[in-house]
Amino acid sequence: MLSKETKLDMYWTMLLSRRLDERAWVLHRQGRIAFHISGIGQEAAQVGAVFALRRGYDWFLPYYRDIALMLALGYTPRDFALSMMGKSEDITSAGRQMPSHWSLRSANVPSQSATVATQTSHAAGIGLAIKLRGEDKVVLTCIGEGSTSQGEWYEGVNWAAIHRLPVIFLVQNNQYAISERVERQMAVPGPAAKACGLGLDGREVDGTDIFQVYEVIAEVAEKARRGEGPSLIEAKLYRITPHSSDDDDRTYRSREEVEAHKKRDPLLIAQAILEKEGVLTPKKLEELEAKAKRIVDEAVAYAEQAPYPVVDDNVTRVFAGEVSHA
Amino acid sequence: MARLTMREAISQALWEEMERDPDVFILGEEVGVWGGTYAVTKGFYDHFGAERVRDTPISEAAIVGAAIGAALTGLRPVAELMTINFAFVAMDHIVNEAAKLHYMFGGQMVLPLVIRTTSGGGRQLAATHSQTPDAIFAHFPGLKVVAPGTPADAKGLLKASIRSNDPVLFIEHATLYQTRGEVPEGDYIVPIGKSAIQRAGRDVTIITYSKMLEISMKAADQLAREGIETEIVDLRTLRPLDMEPVFDSIKKTNRAVIVEEGWKSYGVGAEVSARIYEQIFDYIDAPIRRVAQKEVPLPYNRTLEQMALPQVEDVIAAVKEVM
Repeated sequence: MLSKETKLDMYWTMLLSRRLDERAWVLHRQGRIAFHISGIGQEAAQVGAVFALRRGYDWFLPYYRDIALMLALGYTPRDFALSMMGKSEDITSAGRQMPSHWSLRSANVPSQSATVATQTSHAAGIGLAIKLRGEDKVVLTCIGEGSTSQGEWYEGVNWAAIHRLPVIFLVQNNQYAISERVERQMAVPGPAAKACGLGLDGREVDGTDIFQVYEVIAEVAEKARRGEGPSLIEAKLYRITPHSSDDDDRTYRSREEVEAHKKRDPLLIAQAILEKEGVLTPKKLEELEAKAKRIVDEAVAYAEQAPYPVVDDNVTRVFAGEVSHA
Repeated sequence: MARLTMREAISQALWEEMERDPDVFILGEEVGVWGGTYAVTKGFYDHFGAERVRDTPISEAAIVGAAIGAALTGLRPVAELMTINFAFVAMDHIVNEAAKLHYMFGGQMVLPLVIRTTSGGGRQLAATHSQTPDAIFAHFPGLKVVAPGTPADAKGLLKASIRSNDPVLFIEHATLYQTRGEVPEGDYIVPIGKSAIQRAGRDVTIITYSKMLEISMKAADQLAREGIETEIVDLRTLRPLDMEPVFDSIKKTNRAVIVEEGWKSYGVGAEVSARIYEQIFDYIDAPIRRVAQKEVPLPYNRTLEQMALPQVEDVIAAVKEVM
């Protein structure tokens, strides 16, 4: 059973992620950052999953919408602001890696490519290493349903299934691969249905309900730790924003559709549950909103005055050791 | 010192590293029960077991991808890709991830990964199974590219590659496995990123690597009988590229021929000659010549194939041109 404090912490992480994400859109529209790719509408799946795992112990291979997942792992709004602005203090890469191509050494989150689905086989490899080392760690890797169309994805999941590796494949089915609706991406009802062809446990969960996601991930994680192999979890949810700051979703979906889904906003669902349980009061909510605003304001202000990397820095660190002839 | 074939030297390096370090493991198609497409890992499966000598499905992308994942945890995977031609299927993992993860992560994780593969033509395997695209891989900062031409270097460089904290593409030439040479016993290491003089001479510098070292050595023997003494520099590593021995040699000979098996356009010879012209132009007394593969997909027919590949006569002709 989750304690009241933990439930509140889960809600807080979602709220902070939402407010930070919204601010990123504003910064982009103001021309203060180059690009943003959003996780709005997907926070419950991300935060629910992380809270079901062991932070700082298990491995996480996220995808670019996992802003809330990263905050749950200890990545801070300031870290994100520094990364968005390509500043020297960006803890993931000192301004080298694209924003939202997450990494966090302290939480076992390696960096990744912009090519989608490549994290799938990395996750399989980490799962293999865990098995070889005889550890009881678990790997969680996230992906959008759109990227499950890649051959790469099948190859990685297939591996984990063959060797019964401790990997959880969390597919955040947000209904769209940029503009392509899920019905046009696959003939099966959803990514969970692909599991039977690959020989692993596949199931759906309501990805807008953070506590349902938590329950499912906790269950399959224990299974993985017992050596009973990987699982494919499809979190059904909806991408409330356009794909990225570079597209206009009005060209491929109606406003009515988006508005209807906003009624299933994971933040509102969690809020309703917690209010009913008496965990969250209007006063507490007001406090949390004010706190989130303050943290986001401070993060952005800090990042804006932080220095850019110096050019000399940018040519180093290509190889791990010193190389005179690189 | 024992006289070993290239195959035995590579196998020995792998074996010794696996005995030395339990973090080293092998994965790839046919590496286990079968013993490796080129028999390099013969006997490994029985000795080290299925966990450390892992047969994989036919999925090059997943082989390299999974090896990257394992390397990120601190293991030292040696992934085998049957041929470099199939590396194109895994290209994204090699160039977008292996080569860049350390950098994109601000140096916070290392990627001690070796990808062993075979390159080169000469066995009538035709256009998509005989390529020498080594230079393509050497184009990417972050990926070390090693291509030994002798059994001793193969052993020493493979050991250095396995111990390197950077991803290494280790290119073995498909027709050199039976080549014999003296190989130091025990823990013999050849540092990555060091070119070496393989033959001393005063008249012309030949810069080459891998299989073309053998071709260049034969050419040098014939030229010596005509009184032309060539000095041969074996690059051994394409990235990081060590030009110092090349420059030192040219400062003595003032003439250079570059011999590579891949295509001339945008190739190793293009890179090496550009660096020579940029850095020691004043020492060059004749235009640099490049000997390379004809600009065609490699044909199946043996005669056509040999016509397309650089031959001893081509090297001799090029050396005489710069004299």
